[in-house]
Amino acid sequence: MELLSGADMIARFLQDEGVEYIYGYPGGAALHIYDALFRQDKVKHILVRHEQAATHAADGYARASGKPGTVLVTSGPGATNAVTGIATAYMDSIPLVVICGQVMSHLIGDDAFQETDIIGVTRPVVKHSFSIRHPSEIPEVLKKAYYLAATGRPGPVVVDVPKDMTAPTERYEYVYPKKVKLRSYNPVSRGHTGQIKKAVDLMLKAKRPVFYTGGGVVTGNASEGLTNLVKHLGFPITTTLMGIGAYPQSDRQCLGWLGMHGSYESNMAMHHADLVIAIGARFDDRVTNNTSKFCPTAKIVHVDIDPSSVSKTVRADVPIVGPAASVISEMISLVQGKEISQPEALTEWWQKIDGWRDERAGKLYELSQEGEPLKPQEVIEAVCRVTRGEAFVTTDVGQHQMFAAQYYKFDKPNRFITSGGLGTMGFGFPAAMGIKKSYPDDDVVCITGEGSFQMMMQELSTCKQYGVGVKIINLNNGSLGMVRQWQDLNYKSRHAQSYMESLPDFQMLIESYGFTALKVERHEDLEPALERAFADKNELVFLDVYVDPREHVYPMQVPLGSMRDMLLSKTERT
Amino acid sequence: MRHIISILMENEPGALSRVVGLFSQRNYNIESLNVAPTEDPTLSRLTVTTVGDDRVIEQITKHLNKLIDVVKLVDLTEGQHIERELMMVKVKALGAARDEVKRTADIFRAQVVDVTPNLYTVQITGDAGKLDAFLQAMAPVGILEVARTGVSGIARGDKVLSL
Ligand SMILES: Cc1ncc(C[n+]2csc(CCOP(=O)(O)OP(=O)(O)O)c2C)c(N)n1
Ligand SMILES: [Mg+2]
Repeated sequence: MELLSGADMIARFLQDEGVEYIYGYPGGAALHIYDALFRQDKVKHILVRHEQAATHAADGYARASGKPGTVLVTSGPGATNAVTGIATAYMDSIPLVVICGQVMSHLIGDDAFQETDIIGVTRPVVKHSFSIRHPSEIPEVLKKAYYLAATGRPGPVVVDVPKDMTAPTERYEYVYPKKVKLRSYNPVSRGHTGQIKKAVDLMLKAKRPVFYTGGGVVTGNASEGLTNLVKHLGFPITTTLMGIGAYPQSDRQCLGWLGMHGSYESNMAMHHADLVIAIGARFDDRVTNNTSKFCPTAKIVHVDIDPSSVSKTVRADVPIVGPAASVISEMISLVQGKEISQPEALTEWWQKIDGWRDERAGKLYELSQEGEPLKPQEVIEAVCRVTRGEAFVTTDVGQHQMFAAQYYKFDKPNRFITSGGLGTMGFGFPAAMGIKKSYPDDDVVCITGEGSFQMMMQELSTCKQYGVGVKIINLNNGSLGMVRQWQDLNYKSRHAQSYMESLPDFQMLIESYGFTALKVERHEDLEPALERAFADKNELVFLDVYVDPREHVYPMQVPLGSMRDMLLSKTERT
Repeated sequence: MRHIISILMENEPGALSRVVGLFSQRNYNIESLNVAPTEDPTLSRLTVTTVGDDRVIEQITKHLNKLIDVVKLVDLTEGQHIERELMMVKVKALGAARDEVKRTADIFRAQVVDVTPNLYTVQITGDAGKLDAFLQAMAPVGILEVARTGVSGIARGDKVLSL
């Protein structure tokens, strides 16, 4: 029998759970835990420069690996600084375990120094939370936290640990719990066979089918099955922003992604479809536009692991509650050896879709001319070329995020890493850091904007400390571009607070940390700068790329319209 | 439509706030709420009355079921059920009103449970409609204070809400 203090139990548990990196920041209430971590060397702690970055870094790791990320922060301000990152993970269903120090139990409720009711603060943005009430519960509670975070619909779990629970003098028996059971938590393991049959019948009979798949396929490890199913049927597929890469984008059947800034052909196909097969997607308002005009002629099959996602905003004709992977594999066995009943209709459908594709081909944006500023779109295309479409790409939030999603082509899941649900500026850089630590041999690129980067740029110091060789492509348009775009469209170009005066000289800033930074202002400088940036996988390189500030992201759905109501450029509209 | 949802949940600190928080977070409405431990000390039973169309009620029950602390729930209004609420009312009872209050209480099968020279404290149980009717009947006399427990309920027949 092994007797350990609460703090040592936490360190030991993390080892036994196989946690390699934990991201955090120390403070009074967490010091016993920090001391326990110091006295071991299996679990490596990465000291960030702001707790929000710790959550994004752990989140980035979780999105790339599919495993829960781990965060450790102190009470009060440490914990509240982590809230934005917890909410970011929650909105995108990312597994995260956030351990927060708390003031001593007997002080709780007294407005003690650095006391915050973090369970209360985070309640609406966690999958669940725990408060430790006795040191001996630590192993079981932590096991539950990891289990809840990673299973069913994943999400962040907060564990609040009052300082006296980790006191070095009090020791209790430690056993690593291999399994836990929660009587009130039984995520479904498979879909209803009758419903799946119904869905497959509709699929085989459809004339204008389209798959619409989301982050659930990525977190549910179902992208291989999905690819087989879609290939077998020969149907078109569009994904959400979160679902990018679940089906290879370079394949002809992939129409790109859909929604507010989705591809013309995706949105058109959705609008005209007679069957929408939604898997692991949640009919978010950035996808559907006006739900009362959404897919007017389509029957809807909706597969989701979370019953509350089904029929939340759009009524499903065939609801299926179950994990994407198992439902898809059942679908595959049901379509095996069967033919679709309307092959001519499908051929006609493809002709229509190819027509939409051709309509926009070559007209998505205008390349820059000699002497003109670079277009952000061409920068992304160049990044994609130089990294052969194989990098992990994180983004911040704004125009650059949409351009990254539109012009980098992903053939694999877990590669496009973005804050889709919460839209958190500041996410991209720390997320890239978290990925690079665990995938040192891969290219990890953060596509950012000068606005977003300044929200988390303190993490340069963390990268310096741990030698994190991420690449940062700053699409510098000197403004909060996405805000500015809305102001151009809706406020007669009154640019209220969307212009960034007094930007730093990014090159000097980056160099002050001892990293390489290049300014890219002209067309001909772009490729050489990118070659330089990606020459060494271990080196952090920052490219400050000056891009055309007048550029808008198109297509853009017209507010309150249907999916097909889009602005296609500054002068064209569907 | 009005629904009565009864929930068995873990008798843990924080569980109640998660249920209540869900209603405000998602803009659902709570008309009444009633909660107490059950015969199994690890479980509490919470009964909430809410209004909403079918879509909203479906979402409410799905989201409640998703809460880790919620073990089981039933929408009692989907079947035959018994609904009860307990109310205590202090009413003015002076002069002729003293008899009047007593008579009305008898009609409603309510009991006077405390008396002072100036007022009666009346206890009454029933469904929400009966309690409302009693308050209406008492209004002319002068209601001084009302304490209602909120609706509790149970299904009729052999159906049981348990683990
Ligand atoms: C934390 C946070 N604050 C505000 C916003 C609103 N917002 C969305 S995009 C944007 C502008 C981002 O500017 P920049 O990072 O320079 O990207 P650009 O659009 O110029 O490419 C803002 C302010 C947000 N998404 N997140
Ligand atoms: Mg910008």
